[in-house]
Amino acid sequence: MLEIPQEMVDRVVAHGRRDHPDECCGVIAAKDGAATRIFEMENAERSPTGFVFDSQEWLRVYRDIDDADEELLAVYHSHTATEAYPSRTDVRWSATAGFPHWLLVSTRSAELELRSFTIEDGVVTEEEVRVT
Amino acid sequence: MAIEVRIPTILRTYTGGEKLVEGSGDTLTALLDDLDSRYDGLRGRLITDAGALHRFVNVYVNDEDVRFLGGLETKLADGDSVTVLPAVAGGSR
Repeated sequence: MLEIPQEMVDRVVAHGRRDHPDECCGVIAAKDGAATRIFEMENAERSPTGFVFDSQEWLRVYRDIDDADEELLAVYHSHTATEAYPSRTDVRWSATAGFPHWLLVSTRSAELELRSFTIEDGVVTEEEVRVT
Repeated sequence: MAIEVRIPTILRTYTGGEKLVEGSGDTLTALLDDLDSRYDGLRGRLITDAGALHRFVNVYVNDEDVRFLGGLETKLADGDSVTVLPAVAGGSR
């Protein structure tokens, strides 16, 4: 289960719609497992079919989180023409990226489509998004 | 020659949980060889079998991404700081 406040859900959805037709991406940090902060990141690839964290921005964000003794809770990104479900590319990157949760939003329609997953050893498992 | 190396959470299994380790070497390659002698397996997570920097990691020297410096041949000097982070990417294709 991924537990995040309504404000973060709204931010992720708004970010996805703003960057559409390109994919958006970002990070949610936590302290002792509870979501604390959301970082809207640049998609260095500026692509409708992929995202890459900008390496300089990622260094600043990671250090900010680490220095505050917070941890990485979730990485989020959008799919712009397909469902909010991890692609093979997502599964491949999940092995080394170090995020417990993968939060996806689809911006293919006006309908809200936000889903969260754990990906372990290539196995994708959907989980509840509990909004607080 | 002491160089401070910051290790991300996901690779701390190789450093006994330490987030800050020290190493030596006059290039990034030499530093990684030195670290691997004490933290077995760490080098293999950063460098491919073909000897290139793995695309799944970012390495920074004094906060500059080494892909924009000299890659694995980036020169190091006493007091430099090296940071390793997972690269993060994905997408629908």
